[in-house]
Amino acid sequence: MSSDLAFALRGVGAVVGRNFALRDVSFELPTGYVMGLVGANGAGKTTIIRCLLGLREIDTGEIELLGHRVPAPADLRQDVGVVLDHAFLVGDWRLTEVERALRPFYPRWDGARYRQLLDEFGLDLRAKVKDLSRGMSMKLMIAVALSHQARLLLFDEPTSGLDPVARDELAGIIGDFLLDEGHSVLYSTHITADLDRIGDYVTLVHNGRIVRTGTKDEILDAYRVVRGGPDDLSGLVGVELIGARRTSSGTEALVRTEEADLLGGDVLVEAPTLEAIAVHIGARAPRPEPRPLSTGRIA
Amino acid sequence: MRVVLSNSTGVPLYQQIKEQVGTAILAGELAEGSALPSVRALARDLRISIITTTRAYTELAAEGFIATVPGKGAYVLALDSALVREQLLRQVEDGLQTALDAAGRAGLDRDGLVQILDGLIQAERQDTIQ
Repeated sequence: MSSDLAFALRGVGAVVGRNFALRDVSFELPTGYVMGLVGANGAGKTTIIRCLLGLREIDTGEIELLGHRVPAPADLRQDVGVVLDHAFLVGDWRLTEVERALRPFYPRWDGARYRQLLDEFGLDLRAKVKDLSRGMSMKLMIAVALSHQARLLLFDEPTSGLDPVARDELAGIIGDFLLDEGHSVLYSTHITADLDRIGDYVTLVHNGRIVRTGTKDEILDAYRVVRGGPDDLSGLVGVELIGARRTSSGTEALVRTEEADLLGGDVLVEAPTLEAIAVHIGARAPRPEPRPLSTGRIA
Repeated sequence: MRVVLSNSTGVPLYQQIKEQVGTAILAGELAEGSALPSVRALARDLRISIITTTRAYTELAAEGFIATVPGKGAYVLALDSALVREQLLRQVEDGLQTALDAAGRAGLDRDGLVQILDGLIQAERQDTIQ
């Protein structure tokens, strides 16, 4: 177990229901950095976070979290702060009651810090959880995590449904948190713009598998966007067109950088954005047939 | 310390930071011993990744502009004479390139150019003798 790693998943497999499974999921985050976990809805991001937290059993492989093997000792709970896309707190609680309810679970709970953070975030102690806006309830969850002095923050889709101002505030809060070199952040998102600037590492997930993981620049260097006329990008040998989109006027696709040299001169080859990478990888394989609504669950 | 990043120049962010800080040091705007923000504080303030600011500082340190102190921050080093010399050499090169471009437009060949240069050197020598 290495203390240089915030967490590591090694060969993790987990079957989730009949239609979905994580397969051979391996990636790690060095302590002190932000990683974005990027993938379409249903790619497996939330499942990966649940496995990391020990909330879901894994069938194969192993997970290391802050130097401990998962399932980790119970008191590691206070070292990990979780910010989900919905508040996990009781709607009728006032923010003072939130503290009273959570404090017993966290020996290191810092009440003064909680009040100071709520003040900083513009949250009223007398407000009720259910009356908070999307951005405010996210800030509340962050305040809770920072009050029990978490070293690792896990965000599940923190910015979906947030306005641009709140997203920028979040980037600032994460920046403040990372002033401490012992702090790390994992951040699942399908909004890649959040990561274009503050992301140190990026892991691409698709259909329960890791497509690629590395520093943001390594990921951006690994792919090229190619565009050509309707007939330019067909019958290619040795080049995989990832998530090709064909229309009557042309074709656009993602290719691995080392394969881009094999394309003819008529094709436009450009450096990608994270968004282009996410879009084409997300469109790579046909999605599984949606199940009937009556039995479907929201992934 | 002043750092203004552009998202549209195509110049990598770390490069922009490195150039702006380096220029400020050479111009004397950042004096020897001045404290710079830590890589993490700079990343937070500019809303960019820590890897980016770390790379900028690492390269500035490698070129002798700054020293970084783990966990504390960074400060400006005394301008190294070798570094200053390198900058001067670059200026000479730039000046000669400008001359070369003008010579090209004037249709001047190598011998003509060397003649002018020799003339200039001689004039300078006479100035110092007098």
